[in-house]
Amino acid sequence: MTVVAGIRPSSVRLPGIAILLVLASAVVMALLVLLPLFIVFHDAFAKGLGPYLAAIREPDALAAIRLTLLVSAISVPLNAVFGVAAAWCIAKFEFRGKNVLLTLIDLPFSISPVVSGLVWVLLFGAQGWFGAWLIEHDVRIIFATTGLVLATILVTFPFVARELIPLMQDQGQDEEAAALTLGAGGFTTFWKITIPNIKWALMYGVLLCNARAMGEFGAVSVVSGHIRGLTTTLPLHVEVLYNDYDFVGAFAAASLLASLGLVTLVLKTALEWRHSGELSASRRH
Amino acid sequence: MASDLSLDIRGITKSYGGKYPALKGVSLQAKDKEFLALLGPSGSGKTTLLRVLAGLEQPDAGEVRFGGEDFLSLPVRRRRVGMVFQHYALFRHMTVAQNIAFGLTVRPRAERPSKSDIADRVADLLSLVQLDDLGKRFPAQLSGGQRQRVALARALAIEPRMLLLDEPFGALDAQVRRGLRRWLRDLHDRAGVTTVFVTHDQEEALDLADRVAIMKDGELVQLGTPNEVYENPADPFVYDFLGAACRVPGTVDGDRLTVADWESKAPKGAPQGLVEVFFRPDEVAFGPQDGAGLGAEIKAVAQRGPDVRIECLIEGQIFELEAHGPTLPNGVAPGLSLRVKPLRPRVYPQKA
Repeated sequence: MTVVAGIRPSSVRLPGIAILLVLASAVVMALLVLLPLFIVFHDAFAKGLGPYLAAIREPDALAAIRLTLLVSAISVPLNAVFGVAAAWCIAKFEFRGKNVLLTLIDLPFSISPVVSGLVWVLLFGAQGWFGAWLIEHDVRIIFATTGLVLATILVTFPFVARELIPLMQDQGQDEEAAALTLGAGGFTTFWKITIPNIKWALMYGVLLCNARAMGEFGAVSVVSGHIRGLTTTLPLHVEVLYNDYDFVGAFAAASLLASLGLVTLVLKTALEWRHSGELSASRRH
Repeated sequence: MASDLSLDIRGITKSYGGKYPALKGVSLQAKDKEFLALLGPSGSGKTTLLRVLAGLEQPDAGEVRFGGEDFLSLPVRRRRVGMVFQHYALFRHMTVAQNIAFGLTVRPRAERPSKSDIADRVADLLSLVQLDDLGKRFPAQLSGGQRQRVALARALAIEPRMLLLDEPFGALDAQVRRGLRRWLRDLHDRAGVTTVFVTHDQEEALDLADRVAIMKDGELVQLGTPNEVYENPADPFVYDFLGAACRVPGTVDGDRLTVADWESKAPKGAPQGLVEVFFRPDEVAFGPQDGAGLGAEIKAVAQRGPDVRIECLIEGQIFELEAHGPTLPNGVAPGLSLRVKPLRPRVYPQKA
């Protein structure tokens, strides 16, 4: 499948007004995107490489990095599995309540992340529905890693499913049906036919999901309790340091998050460039 | 294969969501090694019936026996039917060779042929479908006709007991279609597998099949050899569906058929009273105005290759009749009045 990626600039002569608009958006982009990105790195290295490295090697910072990696290492694979399962049943089967399920999948996109965090506090916090029982059995969910994982899963749930549903709907079920008639079982069909057909879209979804999982602030902030070295993820660590007027530390941590964003962007572009035909996102544009 | 692999379908009923009936008690039989066409307009239930045979749909009621075995209780993967899907459903991430080998590579270890045996079998099938050099290509790199042949080779790889083809030529252009048709028929004759294929193209069904099952609204209307159904359509629907039809009202009294001022001998077994008379636009004789036949006035004449199309006004309706050049009377031109005599009229009771 060939997808026209865009109009080659050399082949189109822009009229004056278009040039003006392009310039205007370039200026806005520079002010709103490039300048802040520059400032992050500039301020992180304001006192030189030494203090920058020291800020990152500091135990609380390392703990925050570890926690961020741990939280996304748990929530991203889970969401990949949930996403494939949800997309599978929505795209390949007809059932009652399908539209309700579709709407529910989108819900985390439309509600504020703070609410997504608060839900868990209301459920598992000390004053929450299961709070008393949890305290009795000495299980900590809120102000602990479990809570951070739950909040992250909820916020990042739609990424994989949203990416897969249009693609799988588009592909239909003929290939799976063909595999069955050729003697393949359900499991073989899933691994040999379904997964290879969606692998690039799945990677794309996982990538976006991971970027969000590592960068999530609102929902995690509510359930974290900001216990330094224990429940602060990287974004929370930035906030804590910034509030302490430790600008080099705050921007050093922020520069890590910004780098993560840049890497994600590069990978995302590479995927879009090489496999645009197999990504539903590129069709929705 | 020694056993008699005849197909016996009885009272198959299927509705979607309990509301939309797709099949209403269809019964039909196919003999061992028969090439059977399911012919009907879209929505007639022919594809649903095919999918029931493949095991991709479960009917609400009815029975399918194949070679004496209860076919419906077998899961899809154990039926060993080779199915060619309308849009081929080739595995897009696999090469042509991998596509063809798929049915063999997914067999349980104990029954799986060795790698070299599979490779040999794939090579044989590739040469059977005349795609010897294309094994390493991906489906996206093939033309429509090539994809269709890959789909067929893939289905044949599992040595199917029955071959099911869903609109096998539907997505191909007319030229490719005609060539593949003969080829498919030869292939069937050589492979000797009971084959059921679905089509909405009457010409294709009549040309290819041993017998044709004509379906309408989820029911079987007629089953017979191409000749039988073409010569003796069971009802106006079949007549209409199998080719261009002209229709005029008439009456039958005893063995006399009267249409307007034309009287002739009624066909055998014609119903009495008010009837509808059908005839094919190319099965007519043109005669002078004082001869026998339906009074007609020529409106337009157009040469189409070897044939001539003549637009006639007959009994207040415009019909487009066909004639071969030499059979036309001289001086045929717009404005001429003459007689058109249907050579083989079919008579059906008039609908209430």
